[in-house]
Amino acid sequence: MSTGLYIHVPFCVKKCLYCDFTSYPFNPHDARAYLKAVGLEMRLYGKLLTGEEREVSSLFIGGGTPTCLPAGELIDLIKDIGDVFKLLPGCEITVEANPGTIAREGLAQLAEVGVNRLSVGVQSFQDKLLKVLGRIHDAGTAYKAVQAAREAGFENVNIDLIFGIPGQTAGDWQETLRCAVQLSPEHIAVYGLQLEEGTPLERAVARGQLAACPEDLELSMYRTAIDFLPGHGYEHYEISNFARPGKQSVHNLKYWLVFPYLGIGAGAHSCLRGRRFSNETSLELYLDKVFRGEYPVKDWEVISERMAMAEFMFLGLRLLQGVDLGLFNRRFGKRAEAVYGSQIARLAAQGLVEAGEGRLRLTRQGLPVANRVFREFV
Amino acid sequence: MQWDKDRIRNFCIIAHVDHGKSTLADRLLELTGSLSGREKTEQVLDRMDLERERGITIKMQAVRLIYRAGDGREYQLNLIDTPGHVDFSYEVSRSLAACEGALLVVDAAQGIEAQTLANVYLALEHNLEIIPVINKIDLPSAEPDRVKKEIEDVIGLDASGAVLVSAKSGQGVEKILERIVANIPPPAGAAKAPLRALIFDSHYDPYKGVIAYIRVVDGAVAKGMQVRMLATGKEFEINEVGFFRPALSRVNELRTGEVGFIAASIKNVKDCQVGDTVTEASRPSSVSLPGYRKVTPMVYCGLYPMDTVDYESLRDALEKLKLNDASLIYEPETSEALGFGFRCGFLGLLHMEIIQERLEREYGLGLITTAPNVVYRVTTAAGETFDMENPSKLPPVGKLDYIEEPFVKATIMAPRDYVGAIMELCQERRGIFTNMEYMSVNRVILSYDMPLSEIIYDFFDQLKSRSKGYASLDYEVAGYRQSHLVKLDILIAGEVLDALSSIVHSDKAYFRGRHFVEKLRGLIPRQMFEISIQAAIGNKIIARETVKAVRKDVLAKCYGGDITRKRKLLEKQKEGKKRMKQVGNVEIPQEAFMAVLSAGD
Repeated sequence: MSTGLYIHVPFCVKKCLYCDFTSYPFNPHDARAYLKAVGLEMRLYGKLLTGEEREVSSLFIGGGTPTCLPAGELIDLIKDIGDVFKLLPGCEITVEANPGTIAREGLAQLAEVGVNRLSVGVQSFQDKLLKVLGRIHDAGTAYKAVQAAREAGFENVNIDLIFGIPGQTAGDWQETLRCAVQLSPEHIAVYGLQLEEGTPLERAVARGQLAACPEDLELSMYRTAIDFLPGHGYEHYEISNFARPGKQSVHNLKYWLVFPYLGIGAGAHSCLRGRRFSNETSLELYLDKVFRGEYPVKDWEVISERMAMAEFMFLGLRLLQGVDLGLFNRRFGKRAEAVYGSQIARLAAQGLVEAGEGRLRLTRQGLPVANRVFREFV
Repeated sequence: MQWDKDRIRNFCIIAHVDHGKSTLADRLLELTGSLSGREKTEQVLDRMDLERERGITIKMQAVRLIYRAGDGREYQLNLIDTPGHVDFSYEVSRSLAACEGALLVVDAAQGIEAQTLANVYLALEHNLEIIPVINKIDLPSAEPDRVKKEIEDVIGLDASGAVLVSAKSGQGVEKILERIVANIPPPAGAAKAPLRALIFDSHYDPYKGVIAYIRVVDGAVAKGMQVRMLATGKEFEINEVGFFRPALSRVNELRTGEVGFIAASIKNVKDCQVGDTVTEASRPSSVSLPGYRKVTPMVYCGLYPMDTVDYESLRDALEKLKLNDASLIYEPETSEALGFGFRCGFLGLLHMEIIQERLEREYGLGLITTAPNVVYRVTTAAGETFDMENPSKLPPVGKLDYIEEPFVKATIMAPRDYVGAIMELCQERRGIFTNMEYMSVNRVILSYDMPLSEIIYDFFDQLKSRSKGYASLDYEVAGYRQSHLVKLDILIAGEVLDALSSIVHSDKAYFRGRHFVEKLRGLIPRQMFEISIQAAIGNKIIARETVKAVRKDVLAKCYGGDITRKRKLLEKQKEGKKRMKQVGNVEIPQEAFMAVLSAGD
């Protein structure tokens, strides 16, 4: 089974107000040290992994903001990867980009070294909402970024959109969706805004400076997306993801189908050889460990069979096609109906899941309350 | 040390909960060399973890100190520990009966509290020699002279010779030991007479059976002796005799005036009850020691396993706790909502909480506790009278004649400034004012007749908060009185949930119902459907609230493959769900069943 490779670039021009990921303000000195460490970490795994495990069918360079690195360094990084891992033919290579950090020349260079998918964090087409989120770009810049990607030759572009932003109206959201389909990307991800604890946005809401989006409005925005995007040629294939036929995200599918993946860089997560592990999130600790020749792993756990079955179910149910019950049987040597019989029956009776053609899937009613379904399996 | 009745002193310490009894006991043990450095770390008389956490002593224990006094002779001092809470006043009276003297410990800053006063009166009834000790004299706010005067004015004791100490630093503590030797009389009792020993405490030990703490009043008790309990008539052969210092020491016999323990492979504490008299089977005394009485529970609640499969485990656990606690009473009952469980009787609310926590902590049981209630006396239209321990058993109004409820005589002590607030509180709680006395210029004693049920409803917390913590409370049961009471039912999703029914005074029914449903709305989590919560008296709905359905609960982000975090989040939600009881379709959290307690006011 080929591996998914994730590389984390923990730098941003400025951290967004809703973000709780690992990210530091960009400076050239830290970035150089970091990329050197990433190279070293990859070589550590190069020695550890078997030839088959080093075969990569999807590469995702995410962040942070990978495109806040100078193009030359990003390109060196991608070349470095090729020294350790074998990028299989047809490998999906995605780079995450902030519209405020995209220049056409840089994009062309990325395309030249094999990057074939660009994921652009557009988030919204209303400047007032981009301001609430603390994004560094405006809507106009987002348009230009996607155009630049096209001009640089990218034929597979994703844009991320956020709904449920404080102050966002149903009309704002409909307009954002219309603008998105006008740009005609291959893939659209729509995320309900999560107010993560400790983020400036969460604190502003807690202090009453901003009003959180009412639950019913957020739900109707989600429904709008589900109804609108398929009508414009985007298949709703995962709770938050829509794609043109054949353009589903290969890399993200690995998370949902519980395939092996390796994460390199500060705060990156891996799932390999029956274990899940994650790296040091602090840049200092990460660099420290790598430069001492150690694996920069912070936490790890062995996935028990019970956990593996639970993950198979709740991750697989994120996909609209549902979980493949036959595959469950082949993977675990028992039938999902035997392990989760009473849960499945109860959820089906509530109309939240349905079975058919050897699969179990969320119903339209189950989608917005998916956590209620998932927790039955853990 | 040879037995010499004249060199025995039996005493206890009377103190309010946080006036430093345990610390003082530790100092006494240290000074008499009873405590090694290793043991010194904790307050040794408080044995159970729970007690330590709550800073109170539930189970008494007696410790023997050997003290070489200023006169150059060694004395055997037996310190008998007493519980410090109103729930355990019977046990206090038994331990006082085992003593000739008492240290009255009063906080130099706070002065006398109601509980202390009640216990001092008990001690005076038992003719104990009382040595006033004023503790915490090193506090900046200490006012030893004011406290002395208070002791004189309120109790009528000469406090001029009160010992001034700081148990914390050890200052003055040695003087207490000299005063014990000098002032407390040695035990009376006839050494040659048939055995009479008072059981003042007992606990169950899984290896030895019941360990009875005794005070030998007449004669002697020895290993191998066949003894009889005068009240229960049960006979046992003594297989172990000893005392604690605080480590266990075995001896062949305990003689007149001595304090220690006996073990006789007794399987159940109910065969060896506190207050009973131990005598020799072959040469019995026919005269019981005074004061024995059967304990009666004051407060009842339902205990149900969260998970119905735990019913047997709960029964076994209650059985085991009962071995150690004769005052715990339980019998099976069935609730339509909660299934099979037990109705349990307790000495008071604290006792109830302790049992509940022990069941959860020591036996790992998930429990649903229904709100506690008192025992109502119900007279039906047909003229029958019965005691009702469960509110859901109240007959319909048509078949009722009247209901009586237990009243208590409540004594509240507080600084003068809070009298208004306290009187207001007592009024709200249907209290009937009987008396007000000044203890000193600033401190007042208020007396009320109050329904016991009103004291159960967070009265003590309210009293503390309205008096900034300065008021203290003591009460004793004072018979039944007729009241206009009604049953308040709670309907969840249209169905009466029997475990939430309570008996309330009709004047307060609307108010309580209103608050209760509001409280429940906050406690019952949103579910996949709308849930109505209603309060009703008979067929009349008096309050209604709604828990709205969950519309959206989904995590979108799945970046970077952090599945562990997602899974843990789901696990946490599921864990929360486990603490819910499924009643019909509705998941109801544990706390909801107790919510009626703090509903209102």
